[in-house]
Amino acid sequence: MHVELLFWDGCPSHPRALADLRAAMADLGLDPSTIAIREIDTHELATREGFVGSPTIRIDGVDVQPTEEEPYGLACRVYHRRDGRVSPTPDPADLRDALRTATAHTTTLQTDPTRRR
Amino acid sequence: MTVAIGASAPTFALPDTEGTMHTPGDATATVVVFTCNHCPYALAWHDRIIALAHDYAARGARVLAINSNDATRYPRDSIEAMRTRVQGGEFDDVPYLRDEFQEVAHAYAAETTPDVFVLDAAGLLRYRGAPDADYEDPSQRAAYLRDALDAILDGRDPELTQTPPVGCSIKWLQ
Repeated sequence: MHVELLFWDGCPSHPRALADLRAAMADLGLDPSTIAIREIDTHELATREGFVGSPTIRIDGVDVQPTEEEPYGLACRVYHRRDGRVSPTPDPADLRDALRTATAHTTTLQTDPTRRR
Repeated sequence: MTVAIGASAPTFALPDTEGTMHTPGDATATVVVFTCNHCPYALAWHDRIIALAHDYAARGARVLAINSNDATRYPRDSIEAMRTRVQGGEFDDVPYLRDEFQEVAHAYAAETTPDVFVLDAAGLLRYRGAPDADYEDPSQRAAYLRDALDAILDGRDPELTQTPPVGCSIKWLQ
């Protein structure tokens, strides 16, 4: 499983998001030290990476809270907690669910090679 | 240069989303909030600030919200996007002002959205910083601002005069 956190240093949200992500991985028995952390520091790189704001967390390339409406660029990202509140970071429950989904998918591929594409 | 607590805050005249000009005068206290349309910190605190404006209006205090972000690089901060929010009722009676050339943000040395400045009736800066201690906790109710307003309106000095502003950086023109 490939877990990555993309951030822009102009937004103060990523330390909190990284702490939440590390805690979620530890809760599920995954190794938080495997998180790939990458800085996005130009609009050009943001566009190339499909970066819609800081922080962005992807698990096997899938955004933990996909969005199609946000433009690419250097900005703080808006998330919504499960109770509807706006937040600069994803809901920890969403992080755990995304990690569980990816773990189950990985396990399925490993135990049933016919499902591998 | 940062405006010192107790010093005269810069005066200004800025248009709201319909072109009406607003200044910080003629109020028992004025809360100047630098904010924007897309910052999660500004959005998380928004309802608390609007509620505060409603709660203190009867005592003659007013809130002015200012968007100074570069709308060229950040189109979600355009005057049209501001107007959409106002017409959608998100600002209640709080004027949402456009600081197109960022002169007011520079004059106040605003850093983030939100960054809040509370002025007394004489235009002296009495508090600057975050609305309260936790953007994630609506029960905080913009307590720093309420405490400052209560003190000003009661003729006292606010106990807390400055906290670090918390939020997204102001998107300066390049």
